Amino acid sequence: MDNSSSIIKGKAFVLGKNIDTDQIIPAQHLVYSLNDPEERKYYGSYALSGVPDEESGLPMGHIPLVAEGAFQSEYSIIVAGPNFGCGSSREHAPASLQIAGIKAIIAPTYARIFYRNSVDGGFVIPYESLEDLSAEIKTGDELIINPDIQQVENESQGRSHSIRKLGSVAEIVQSGGIFHYARKEGMV
Amino acid sequence: MTLTEKILANHSNQSSVEPGDNVWIDVDVLMTHDVCGPPAISIFKNEFGEDARVWDREKLVIIPDHYIFTEDVYANRNVDILRAFAADQDLPHYYDVGTDRYKGVCHIALPEEGFTRPGEVLFGTDSHTCTAGAFGQFATGIGNTDAAFIMGTGKLWVKVPETMRFVFEGDEMPPYLMAKDIILQIIGDIGVDGATYRTMEFGGSGISAMTMEDRMTLTNMVIEAGGKNGVVEPDEKTEEYVRSRTDKDFTPVYSDDDATYHSTYTYELDKMVPMVAKPHSPDNKATAEELEGTKLTRAYIGSCTGGKLSDFQAAAEILKGKTPVIETYVVPATTEIADALRTEKIGDQTLLEIFVEAGCHIGEASCAACLGGPSDTFGRLNGEEICISTTNRNYPGRMGSKQAQVYLASPYTVAASALEGSITDPRNYLS
Ligand code: SF4
Repeated sequence: MDNSSSIIKGKAFVLGKNIDTDQIIPAQHLVYSLNDPEERKYYGSYALSGVPDEESGLPMGHIPLVAEGAFQSEYSIIVAGPNFGCGSSREHAPASLQIAGIKAIIAPTYARIFYRNSVDGGFVIPYESLEDLSAEIKTGDELIINPDIQQVENESQGRSHSIRKLGSVAEIVQSGGIFHYARKEGMV
Repeated sequence: MTLTEKILANHSNQSSVEPGDNVWIDVDVLMTHDVCGPPAISIFKNEFGEDARVWDREKLVIIPDHYIFTEDVYANRNVDILRAFAADQDLPHYYDVGTDRYKGVCHIALPEEGFTRPGEVLFGTDSHTCTAGAFGQFATGIGNTDAAFIMGTGKLWVKVPETMRFVFEGDEMPPYLMAKDIILQIIGDIGVDGATYRTMEFGGSGISAMTMEDRMTLTNMVIEAGGKNGVVEPDEKTEEYVRSRTDKDFTPVYSDDDATYHSTYTYELDKMVPMVAKPHSPDNKATAEELEGTKLTRAYIGSCTGGKLSDFQAAAEILKGKTPVIETYVVPATTEIADALRTEKIGDQTLLEIFVEAGCHIGEASCAACLGGPSDTFGRLNGEEICISTTNRNYPGRMGSKQAQVYLASPYTVAASALEGSITDPRNYLS
């Protein structure tokens, strides 16, 4: 699987700064199995359910990532402020976003464990924007992420923004996670 | 090189490393618990095979602590998975629920059981694994996939972090000041992402004056500033503590005098005051004095940050012979601490007697309401409570309901506030 140079297209879901792992997947839901397909889907329905209503789906707020009763989101790209994923080390956080249908995140900075988990587990691609785009992009805007030219195009607003190169983790992202990478390198 | 750089160089077989280098390092200890252990085990089996053996059964430590005293069937199933895995792999370091090996909160159990050895590398599937840096160990939190990778290979990649140095001047802690006040001040100063991707190294004469438990409170919360790890240089106190807990040999390492730091911050202990983090972020700082009068409905003393023996000694000092006017919860981090509450005394009363007489609700050793958890969790905030707590996080919904508000403070401040029903500067109660 080659993730890093593929173009990702989809609707934006916009959040503010310091979105922590308890907001991404509240702790009481961590009891479900990530392996069992029947239980696993609940991580999708509860993804981002800990975000206060008025801050969920900016600028208007009051938009859940996943509609009541559904397991998958109509949005596929999260745009957020700095320090996305701070808090606990729970891998259920990037996993729940992936299960909800999120492909990539665009934020100026990430908490390091969340970033690592996203990359090593091959869940979602954490792209870094040069600036905080959470005030520019609106929930529902149609975005196209083109990593080759390090840009995200906002089709709805007719604007483009720069994103950073993935840097030293690009190979792991390209491989689809740490296990795929290690196999390719003959480490395991 | 800094202490952290040296440990990473030693463990990657290199004579030196620099910040920004990606290195594969050998792991001395991997710790997991009941929330992240089961998914890590399932990834391990998927990737290495149903019958695969862990890389080194002496180096894997499994400590159930999060969702223990609950009726939740899924939570209980998680402990069953750990139990079966420990039996199957014949793991010597599994601390099962319902047995006399049960410990409670992993980050306090690890030092008690001698796993926090200076100069070594510890990874844990929990962000507060950074606590063990108090012992001069490189310790940091990872996810389930990385843990599964270590289970199979004993190795993991890390990017060498830059080090921020925090120097404390002063030969003793002022009597009203606790390490919790200091770390809340620092997080408030640098922000919840102020140390992202970096090491926070604590030093200076003030550090020598601090107990191992004080140091653990500092390193515990480096993750609340986004830090990768926190570290304190080992000294006689460290060696004495670790040698009393393990026979295993270790080699402490120290930062070089000419080590390069990202930045240096200096604090004078005798100028510092009791601090509080307001809802809903650990960097939302104010002094306890500024917030005096803020109404509360609950007080909570517990967790890996604020549920150690010295935390209860501090709270008991203020609560002795008095009665809180709000619901006050006391949750020892480990069973060893729970036992000590029955034997440690202030005057003629044990700490436990002081808390019981004060009408506190006493919980069993575990994480309890620190992270909310299943709805029947002891002390969980299920509605619009306004809680002052010795825990480490106050993001929305952290201790249960997202309607609740959480103020973080030292055990002194929490105890004094419990007596008034509103935020109170503990200096009012300390002579
Ligand atoms: S006590 Fe709280 S912070 Fe510490 S390990 Fe348990 S849940 Fe995490």
